[in-house]
Amino acid sequence: MIRDLFAIPRLTGKAWTVWQRNLDVFLKTWRVNLVPPFIEPFLYLIALGFGLGGFVGYIGDVPYIDFIAPAIVAVSIMNSAFFECTYGSYVRMYYGKTFDAIIATPVSIEEVIAGELLWGATRSMIYTGLMLPVLILFGVVDLPSSLLLIPFAFLGGLLFACIAMCFTAATPSIDALNYPSFLFITPMLLFSGTFFPITVLPPALQAFAYVVLPLTNVVSICRGITLTLFSPFMILNLAWIAIVTTVLFFLSVNLMKRRLIV
Amino acid sequence: MEPVIDAINLVKQFGPFTAVDTINFSVRPGEVFGFLGPNGAGKTTTMKMIQCASPRTSGTLSVFGMDPGTHSSEIKAMIGVVPQETNLDTEFSTIENLIVYSRYFGISKEVAEERAEKLLDFVQLTEKRDVIIEKLSGGMKRRLILARALVNQPKLLILDEPTIGLDPQARHLIWEKLKLLRSLGNTIVLTTHYLEEAERLCDRLVIMNKGTILVQGSPAELVLDHVGSGIVEAEHSPGVEACLLDMDIPYEVVGDIVQVVTDNPRTVAQELLSKCDAKRVLTRAATLEDVFLKLTGRGLRE
Repeated sequence: MIRDLFAIPRLTGKAWTVWQRNLDVFLKTWRVNLVPPFIEPFLYLIALGFGLGGFVGYIGDVPYIDFIAPAIVAVSIMNSAFFECTYGSYVRMYYGKTFDAIIATPVSIEEVIAGELLWGATRSMIYTGLMLPVLILFGVVDLPSSLLLIPFAFLGGLLFACIAMCFTAATPSIDALNYPSFLFITPMLLFSGTFFPITVLPPALQAFAYVVLPLTNVVSICRGITLTLFSPFMILNLAWIAIVTTVLFFLSVNLMKRRLIV
Repeated sequence: MEPVIDAINLVKQFGPFTAVDTINFSVRPGEVFGFLGPNGAGKTTTMKMIQCASPRTSGTLSVFGMDPGTHSSEIKAMIGVVPQETNLDTEFSTIENLIVYSRYFGISKEVAEERAEKLLDFVQLTEKRDVIIEKLSGGMKRRLILARALVNQPKLLILDEPTIGLDPQARHLIWEKLKLLRSLGNTIVLTTHYLEEAERLCDRLVIMNKGTILVQGSPAELVLDHVGSGIVEAEHSPGVEACLLDMDIPYEVVGDIVQVVTDNPRTVAQELLSKCDAKRVLTRAATLEDVFLKLTGRGLRE
């Protein structure tokens, strides 16, 4: 039983046709999709960077606004993939019956879910690509190292897409998706080394944040990239993300299959 | 000829509930095969097993000689499915729906575009080519779903309640298209609870109830075997009932009418009029509906 949930699903390139479908919809509604990632960094940088940053000044020898800039990217990576693969996927699965339509073709349910996950990751990457010019304009991120954020956003996005899809597979209704949004996403937004250094927390909580809160690892890597401060610790962060993503990728696909194929 | 679909002792259980209970049927190439039955009879579940969307619990099932459990991708490449629910992509236009759907079959863009135009013409939606799905009427949506089921030029078309909720004009148009597809040599399997639809379209059909197949055959055979050729109806009254009993004619009371099944409707009608003083006497040919009600009962299904 449990073993089946972590079995490696059989996938082919057909998963990309599902990805392509979502990309087509995204491009069709580009006006509503492309504006938020431009506006979001402005709001954060002005309110927190200039507003709060004026009181805080420096964290270590890093200006506060430079400290939070990578966190804004990390939060956006989290939000865009997470909400795409919770509410977005749920609407496609339950209300649109899109998955039913697709599995009547040679595409399998495993490939549908894989396509959804890849799309969630892509969405994180697109958003990061759109935010980056704003951050560069403000001069709060280093170049050229910050360009690494774009490929990294795909990996980070895939992590949150897989987490989201597990919730989608388990949720009894769309309203119940509010629980992970408020009880998981919001605490991460606050306690993952985003707006204050994680080192101010007691050591036990720091360990908890690194082991249990995915965003902590994503913030850590984003910050290393934008400040060009590469440390060996980032390899641990990267390994954590790679392992958890792989396990949850299999788990979410199998959970969704169990939900949809009866 | 090898059957397109062959089911032997097919069973589907959902937990303790048996939705399909040991059914046997076989669909021949080029025929229109119907599954008729009240709600909850197991028709849709059977369709889902055929189209590889739901694994069977036991028994054997083969589609084009392949097992849906192990060859789903190959089978699905050869079938077209019209589901009961309208599940078009609402964000896309009419033609985009067809092109996006073609991609799932690995059809190249050029071929997909060419086929999509032809299919829109076939279902008479060319005028609505660039219209967003929400602006289409219910009948247009069903026609587009039919077109979508044909993008891969399927050898077998599966339709689950193809005309549900449509007005008579839209329904006739769908029937006309299905007849045309049949004349081109396509095998068609459909479920319906519209008796008229089954009678008009199906070469052979099965009547299902509570997960089992009650009877199978051609519509005409079923009517003759299970009801008879004619039916005489008259307004119900104690006098008429007593009179029929007296003459030893078997009858059935249905609501406020008395029904007599007979091969000599004229004689029975004359006797009812002359001897029983019956009112509102009507003779008619027996239909599939009489068979259906006789076999599945008159109780309401919910």
